Amino acid sequence: MSVDVAAVKKDFPIFDRVVHGHRLVYLDSASSSQKPRAVLDAMDRLYETSYANTHRGVYELGQESTALYEGAREKVQRFINAPSTREVLFTKNVTEAINLVAYSWGRANLGEGDAVLLTEMEHHANLVPWLVLREERGVELRFLPIDDDYQLDLTDLDRLIDGVKLVGVAGISNVLGTLNPLRQLADAAHAAGALFLVDGAQYAPHVRTDVVELGCDFFGFTGHKMLGPTGIGVLWGREELLDDMPAFLTGGEMIRDVRLDGWTPNELPWKFEAGTQPIAEAVGLGAAIDYLENVGLDAVREHEVSLTAYALRALTERHGDKLTIFGPSEPAARGGVISFSYEGVHPHDVSQVLDEAGVCVRAGHHCAKPLMRRLGVGATARASLYIYNDEADVDVLNEALDEADRLFAI
Amino acid sequence: MPGLEDLYREIILDHYRNPRNRGELPSPPARRVEGFNPLCGDEVVVYLDLDDDGTVEDIKIAGQGCSISQSSASMMSSAVKGKSVEEARRLIRAFKAMMSIHEQRLDGSEEEEPIAAEADVKLGDLEALQGVVKFPVRIKCATLSWNTLAQGLDEAQAE
Repeated sequence: MSVDVAAVKKDFPIFDRVVHGHRLVYLDSASSSQKPRAVLDAMDRLYETSYANTHRGVYELGQESTALYEGAREKVQRFINAPSTREVLFTKNVTEAINLVAYSWGRANLGEGDAVLLTEMEHHANLVPWLVLREERGVELRFLPIDDDYQLDLTDLDRLIDGVKLVGVAGISNVLGTLNPLRQLADAAHAAGALFLVDGAQYAPHVRTDVVELGCDFFGFTGHKMLGPTGIGVLWGREELLDDMPAFLTGGEMIRDVRLDGWTPNELPWKFEAGTQPIAEAVGLGAAIDYLENVGLDAVREHEVSLTAYALRALTERHGDKLTIFGPSEPAARGGVISFSYEGVHPHDVSQVLDEAGVCVRAGHHCAKPLMRRLGVGATARASLYIYNDEADVDVLNEALDEADRLFAI
Repeated sequence: MPGLEDLYREIILDHYRNPRNRGELPSPPARRVEGFNPLCGDEVVVYLDLDDDGTVEDIKIAGQGCSISQSSASMMSSAVKGKSVEEARRLIRAFKAMMSIHEQRLDGSEEEEPIAAEADVKLGDLEALQGVVKFPVRIKCATLSWNTLAQGLDEAQAE
């Protein structure tokens, strides 16, 4: 079981292009992935042959469009092993998915003194919605710290989790790459009487996801990090929770009946899908799921662990102490997200110099400013790997770092 | 195609490696102003000591950032130290005019004339930062400390 990277690359039109005279070495999939031809074609095909609004027209096009949109929901259901399509809500992205939980479930269930347990490594998307609830209604926020190997330090878990109503954690850290012990945290959350929410933005694209096996109550992920288009994400939630939750955005599509003196919401999942939905984007996400399942999620994971191991070793061997990697040392304990700093060269300058060699890496705080403060840095450079990357890509990165070192050497 | 040598001129690297006026001033009496680039996390702290005649008696720069933001802050501190507030403001306008030329082109207009050019203001070493306009995402790095200085001068004058 392995990924044929050369064949995969051919499926992505963008790899035909040249950047600053070099072949494209795209190492920023943790920010957003590239798209295979199959995804682009699926979206074009919808617009060219079947496009109409969903759940409205009785005419043929409306039925085809609705079938394609709902077909994408079924693909998502299978992809994460959700018990029912009623539990699969389309959102704009993970940020909206977590906001939905915070605004709908949070406002109905959290008040003064209620506690939510998060971690120090959360993306702003799983921090700010809860900070808002703290400001608005005095919800207490607690944070699991990280240890010296950039993994969650669970020493004080029993004390921190005691009495909380929700535990929210990233499946894989978008900065450190840390693969968190989700099942263990789910069990601890449930033992404490809390719900368990997973920010799956960096997880679902890279690791076979089974929301039942993981033991989560809410799981959010986004299409554009898993070969799909922007503007489409997913919130999965257990049906009885979603049933009890008040509507989030209100208006078109999400209602059953409206009178001038009131309204009743539609049933799940449409209760949480207000307004005309990103239909082509949902279809594109469905095509991305087909593509990933064809490659095989186990093969994806195996490829990334092996390529991450190669990258960690090669980078460290070539650059030694000049390079600091912020993330777990053991490849099996992490995803293919490699954050680093380079002695004497600011991450922005690293990224700028790498760009000249056709290498795309992100530089900045990666929407995790509290974690940056914890690490004692303002920013890091971050190379992230996916199915279209291979050792040759890592080698180009590695050599291009020499140029950064040379340029900024004192 | 602009190359890295357009961006990383030797004088920029020199100010990055050996930043001038680096440090802090006791505040108060010095004014302390923070500037953030929310996109990248760069932050600059400008300590400003204005005397009663409206002269920049002393200036210190703290914070962290990339070579462009740090060298720009360093050169700015050298350029405005000992100058009157009015001269400092003209430098700010001249520098931002230099930086905004390309922003206008990005908007699709072919406007070549710098806005609000301060023809008689000598930018000196600061002209080395001109290459930044060829790398539009880095313009905010170059202007961060200048915007922070402007904010400090505004606050001082409002009192």
